[in-house]
Amino acid sequence: MANDLTLPRLKSDDLPIVISAGFVLVILALGSIYTVATLGTMPLLSPNYLLTQLQTGAFLGIVAAGMMMVILLGHIDLSVPWTMTAAAMMATTVGGPAAIPTGLAIGLLVGLFNGFGVAYLRIPSMIFTLGVDSVMRGLMIAHTGGFAPQDSATPLMRYLAAEKLLGIPVAIFVWAAVSIVIAAILSRTAFGKAIYATGNREAASYLSGIRTRWVIVGAFVISGLCAALAGILLAGYSAKAYQGMGNAYLLPAIAAVVIGGTHILGGRGRFIGTVVGVILIVLLNSVLSIMQMPEAGRQIIYGLVIIVMLLVYGRTAKVTS
Amino acid sequence: MSAVTATTPPRASALAMSIRQNRGFYGAVLLLAALYLVYNFIHPRGFSANVFIANTNESVALAFVAMAQAMTVIVGGLDLSVGAVMTLTSCIASELVRGEPWQIILGCLISVAAGTGFGLVNGLVIVYGRLQPIIATLATGAVAIGLALLIRPQPGGEVDLDLNWAVTNSIKDLAQTYHLFEDGEAGWLQPIAWVPVPLLILVIITAAVWIPFRRTVTGRTLYAIGSSEGAAYMSGLPINRAKLWAFTLAGFFAGCAGLYLAIQTGSGNADIPQAGAYTLNSIAAVVLGGISLLGGVGTVIGALIGALILRAISFYFRILSIDPLLQPLVEGVVLLAAVSLGAIRTLRVKNRLELFR
Repeated sequence: MANDLTLPRLKSDDLPIVISAGFVLVILALGSIYTVATLGTMPLLSPNYLLTQLQTGAFLGIVAAGMMMVILLGHIDLSVPWTMTAAAMMATTVGGPAAIPTGLAIGLLVGLFNGFGVAYLRIPSMIFTLGVDSVMRGLMIAHTGGFAPQDSATPLMRYLAAEKLLGIPVAIFVWAAVSIVIAAILSRTAFGKAIYATGNREAASYLSGIRTRWVIVGAFVISGLCAALAGILLAGYSAKAYQGMGNAYLLPAIAAVVIGGTHILGGRGRFIGTVVGVILIVLLNSVLSIMQMPEAGRQIIYGLVIIVMLLVYGRTAKVTS
Repeated sequence: MSAVTATTPPRASALAMSIRQNRGFYGAVLLLAALYLVYNFIHPRGFSANVFIANTNESVALAFVAMAQAMTVIVGGLDLSVGAVMTLTSCIASELVRGEPWQIILGCLISVAAGTGFGLVNGLVIVYGRLQPIIATLATGAVAIGLALLIRPQPGGEVDLDLNWAVTNSIKDLAQTYHLFEDGEAGWLQPIAWVPVPLLILVIITAAVWIPFRRTVTGRTLYAIGSSEGAAYMSGLPINRAKLWAFTLAGFFAGCAGLYLAIQTGSGNADIPQAGAYTLNSIAAVVLGGISLLGGVGTVIGALIGALILRAISFYFRILSIDPLLQPLVEGVVLLAAVSLGAIRTLRVKNRLELFR
């Protein structure tokens, strides 16, 4: 029971990170054995290939970083898919130098609204963010008429998502910057400590003088901003925004956060774990696509991997009182 | 307090108590009645049995999925795999429900059994693996979709056409198709001959499964777990058994949804976005039906009502010639408005600590 109150730096929180990092190596090894056996080469271990994979992983990584803030509070943000899409669509619609600020403003607004509903109206985040997602979807479909918008991404968006700097994709720098900011917030600021405290027990945090409602709003705002940024980058990567572009990011983001050792009920988890979780999911996907695994097999393996990883270290305490 | 209740007739006080305890549920019933009544008033051709049959047909799959979701929400969990399990069973049914009558019956049984079995596996993983239901079912949902894609890589299938006709129309049509009750002309049948079969199926399964189950120790344990798992454990209630039952029955209801969907559409389709939409709508239906996402409050019948409300809203789009593109917007606004109504209590709370549960 003593573990319930451990600080985020203690050893029990590092175990999931070590195991998932080990699993990343296992995936790389198995994938390489497969490619050696079938192709005679090891493309998986070439820096270029890994950088390309990390480039596509950057979008997931940014979404997961924001999602982690919310999950640390014991909440969840299901509005991510259409926040991404809305930010991307509005950014491409506005265009010009105002494109990225417009997209981020959408994320900010969605985050504020989510935070208001969850923190002030005390509506379960699961249902409130679901409703917001549906509203955003309706607004965007009304905005575009249900078609793929014709506007294309601005040069800056394309640069951030698809170009390379010093041989490394710029998207990876963006992901790294977001990661450093979030990691610093979580470990170096009072707001970060307040997130862990509120996630552990909101009533106790409130009585300790933490303004827990502001903390919740802040976390949702960060999640909204991250989703918006990922949407803007994704639009830059594919040169335009399209319907449902964020749909494939919600569940992998939650899975990455949880595989990285963050407790789904909040209060525990380290940011580096989320990064490892994202890398694990991205590599798993790319190895499966190298193996030309059909979608059916991918889904099954994907699900089983999550279950097995959780059975190893994600088990909750037995109910005894 | 007891002196007051003792003076009122017992039956009236029981009803008043029931209304006090289930405000969400009765609110949902009223909302559904109002929605459907207005719908029929403004329908260009007024109320007709055909419209009623078509409406119930479109509601059955979502209603079953919402009932599945309700089982797990009542114990304080959440099942993100209900849509996927429905998809899996509909794909199985699209392969098996055809041929000789015994083959059709066997196919139906196997389909529902597959859903039930998948629910049992969910339960085993959650109870003995001690995993959080949200994340465990997220993963098993991916497995279910994978299996569905294995069974049916391309949409299609040939579900028995007689069955399709019989199950998606009125009782009279059902009797005519299978030459029962003098081809549906039996005198005693006439008062109920117009009743849609889909509605009958929903009522029968709810009455045969949920109502008896709720009265058992296991059924009551669901509510105890949802209210306070620790207290339920200390009271010696069969926690593990109840959770296993909850997830198994969720699989059963999801299996019913899949079977009905396959029969109704005559085919199976391992459609991932559709599975996701059903899962999300099931959560919305559960909330609209007065079930607390924190667990311990609400009934499966409430979820059924919630699902019907969601569908009733979508019917309006057709007759009011609202742009169907706006449907998600209206659904989202209705959902947010419904849950925000429940938030009024937060304005009345005097001790702010009561907010943090």
